[in-house]
Amino acid sequence: MTTEPLLAVSNLRVRFRIGGVISALAGRLTEIEAVAGVGFTLERGQTLALVGESGSGKTTLARAVNGLQPAASGSIRFEGRELGNFSNAGWKSLRRKISMMFQDPVGSLSPRLSVRSLLAEPFAIHGLSGRSLNAEVERLLALVGLPRDFADRYPHQLSGGQARRVGVARAVALDPVLIIADEPTAGLDVSIQGEVLNLLNSLRDRMGLSMLIITHNLHVVRQIADRMAVMYLGRFVEEGETEAIFQAPRHPYTAALLSANPEPDPDKVHNRIALPADVPSLLDRPSGCEFHTRCPFAQDICAGQVPASSALGTSRLTCHFPLDAGTRAVKTIATT
Amino acid sequence: MSDQALVNQPPRRRFAAIGPIFRRIVREPLGAFGLILVVIVVFSALFADVIASYPPTKLSPAERFAPASFQHLLGTDHLGRDLFSRVLHGGRIALAIALGATGLSLAGGILLGLIAGYGPRWLDNLLLLLFDAIKSFPTVMLALALVTLTGPSLLAVLAVVVLVNVPGYARIIRTQTLVLKSAEHVMAARSMGAGTARILAVHILPNVIGPILILASMDIPVVVAIEAGLSFLGLGVRPPLPSWGAILNDGFVNIRDSYWIVVAGGVPIILTTLGFTFLGETLRDVFDPRLKRRQ
Amino acid sequence: MTILDVKDLSVDFVTETGTLQALRKVNLAVPANRIVGVVGESGCGKSTLINTVLGLLAENGAVTSGEILFEGQSDLVHLDANGMRALRGQKIATVFQDPMGALNPVLSVGRQMRDIQYRSALSRKEKDARSIEMLRKVRIPDPERRLAQFPHEFSGGMKQRIAIAMALLMQPSLLIADEPTTALDATLEVAIIELLKDLQQQIGCSVLFISHHLGVIAELCDDMIVMYAGEVVEHGSTRDIFHNARHPYTKKLLACDPARLSRREPQLPTIPGTLPDLRDRPKGCIFQARCEFTDEACAEMPPDIPVGGAHVTRCWHAGKTTGARA
Repeated sequence: MTTEPLLAVSNLRVRFRIGGVISALAGRLTEIEAVAGVGFTLERGQTLALVGESGSGKTTLARAVNGLQPAASGSIRFEGRELGNFSNAGWKSLRRKISMMFQDPVGSLSPRLSVRSLLAEPFAIHGLSGRSLNAEVERLLALVGLPRDFADRYPHQLSGGQARRVGVARAVALDPVLIIADEPTAGLDVSIQGEVLNLLNSLRDRMGLSMLIITHNLHVVRQIADRMAVMYLGRFVEEGETEAIFQAPRHPYTAALLSANPEPDPDKVHNRIALPADVPSLLDRPSGCEFHTRCPFAQDICAGQVPASSALGTSRLTCHFPLDAGTRAVKTIATT
Repeated sequence: MSDQALVNQPPRRRFAAIGPIFRRIVREPLGAFGLILVVIVVFSALFADVIASYPPTKLSPAERFAPASFQHLLGTDHLGRDLFSRVLHGGRIALAIALGATGLSLAGGILLGLIAGYGPRWLDNLLLLLFDAIKSFPTVMLALALVTLTGPSLLAVLAVVVLVNVPGYARIIRTQTLVLKSAEHVMAARSMGAGTARILAVHILPNVIGPILILASMDIPVVVAIEAGLSFLGLGVRPPLPSWGAILNDGFVNIRDSYWIVVAGGVPIILTTLGFTFLGETLRDVFDPRLKRRQ
Repeated sequence: MTILDVKDLSVDFVTETGTLQALRKVNLAVPANRIVGVVGESGCGKSTLINTVLGLLAENGAVTSGEILFEGQSDLVHLDANGMRALRGQKIATVFQDPMGALNPVLSVGRQMRDIQYRSALSRKEKDARSIEMLRKVRIPDPERRLAQFPHEFSGGMKQRIAIAMALLMQPSLLIADEPTTALDATLEVAIIELLKDLQQQIGCSVLFISHHLGVIAELCDDMIVMYAGEVVEHGSTRDIFHNARHPYTKKLLACDPARLSRREPQLPTIPGTLPDLRDRPKGCIFQARCEFTDEACAEMPPDIPVGGAHVTRCWHAGKTTGARA
């Protein structure tokens, strides 16, 4: 094994063109940067969660790592090799090693294919006809805990949880080393959500998988991720060990997200960090620290100067005034 | 929502559902009526030789303008040809052109639609421009132009119909392909390493073909009418080949004395058009009940 | 007074594969000035319940028993289409998961809010003033200017707030909110919950709030109803149910919520088994196949058993299930 991490992303930028020729001629900004200089590493067997509000660039980042979205600049190294240098054949073999799960459990399954065809598809694509397809389909169904007769069902005949299991089975069919999962539990009932997380956790332990999980559900993050990264307007504002961040978030945005989680206890007294106004537009990024327009602790310097990325304990964050590690965020606010 | 999904869940796999679909068509009065008409038309066209007792082009000047009788069920025309036989054989030509032209238009429309929808932007724009150019040309003018170049023939009719129909089909396929291009199941296939051919054939085509098949079934009567119209104008099937449009034209000249010729040419056109239209509409309602409710 | 009183309601759907009983003997009450939450997983009948109350049941659905009393008088089951239309939007307002369902994309927000007030005799100016007032209540900044804007000019969270403003414009006595926060980010979700709480106090209406998110229910609702496979298995005050759930399903459901876990668990709790086939309902208790308390008694359908105050559960073993949480 190499000492190189499984996945190393540095200074990645992804841009989208918006508007047409006319607005370009009019000299208006025609590109938005959905991912604006993100860097992280993922070790073998590790799980990293990307969290953030919608529009924060989580999904775009994940798709860029998988090559579904071209990067504007920056580097993505997988097993020590730069993705940009891959030939077409290289990409195809890469697709075996990195598999992706999409948000909509039913929608990510081709509606006119039976579960059998869906599960056999990875083998068909990669020409692995040597193995017995039927045996593989049965192995995969058993692996994700679905009865054998599900092979003849169609996606519209599956519940969300069952469809998600089929998605998981497809993702692990070719023994990948990395799974990128976009909202793996979205739209699932809580009891089913637990089953899917248990399944992912056990597969990871058995197969030694690395996972990149995108989710806005922080409870899910805590149950599955070793590390987490909080995204805001296409950048990481805080990244570190999950448990450490849950115990003591250092960036005010992280603290606000954590405090915004409604908890199933009617008597709980919430000391919330209220985030004013809506998320700023990517077309009009705020100056200085981009969070200062919503940050309850913002001071003059925050609007003027971009905070540098700094290491604090096990975390990295970009903030002029990180919250104290010792005090819970909510208490800090009470005294501010 | 989720509850609704439970309620609406179809029982069996979609492609094995021909029996239930047939039953649902027959349950609708108009659908059953349409189906009967279509079966009669197709049957009589297929077995025209067996049913009719005279060849369609046989002249018998002695029996010109004979009204309906047991010898000539629908009478004879100005050349003494048996109209019953001409109507049956005309049906053969009408159906051959309708089905052939619709089939060719479908194939062309699907192919171009997929290319436009999934291919590069410039190709899409080019194809759209082409579709619009054809669409903006009046059908009759197009036919006249083509016939002037090639002379009236069966093939010319076919070519006109295909040319006119392809852009409509292609546009529908293109729009749906564009939508599906970024659908999650297509992204999922791409992320697995599936190639373009596989994505188009396995993940897109089966999901876009349904509506267009129903549309095509409703276009068949239009093609029948176009063929009859062109033949009526003398731009279609060449005499002495029987065509409903040609029969109409023959009868039109002599409508004062021999009304039955016009009837013999006109009624099959009406019945065929009605039959396919009713069947097509019922099919559409069976496959996509939402459309029915909206109307 | 009880605003909405559903008694013994059963609803069947006729499908190609047989008759499906979507609701069985559902009892629930929404008292005046209270927020009542409905929780349950997919297929529990939440949507059918709302659609039945609103008279929007699909064509293949039919009420086979029971009544729905609105404000103590009109039985919504037997109300004709005109009577129902007069109630919907005026007395009973709704907010759905997707705010675009309530907003017409080609009309300005101001125009749409004016249209809702078509029954009122106010002048156009006065109607606009009321709209502005309402938008201000849902905390849309600069409402005078935004009245002229179109739905696509608002963000997702703002659209949902506008949908709420529109629903509350006619001062309905009942607001039905069907998963109104599910499509929103947590930060916006929290804001909507607080907004709903405030507005409910101000306007004094009752709210029937449907959600699968236990945290949201706990935070917002006074009372709650737990549904499973078309039956109300437990109802009572939110505090009773969260602290002292008596139905085995409720206990399991609460235990599954990862929000209750304050550290990483090697194995998350789940509810083994699957929903029963509603086309072939079990004779007795609906939860018997997945319950650890099941015995002979469960072969018979349990009645609604009071277990203290307004807390009621449909379980033969409600006596045994007390005490420690699952």
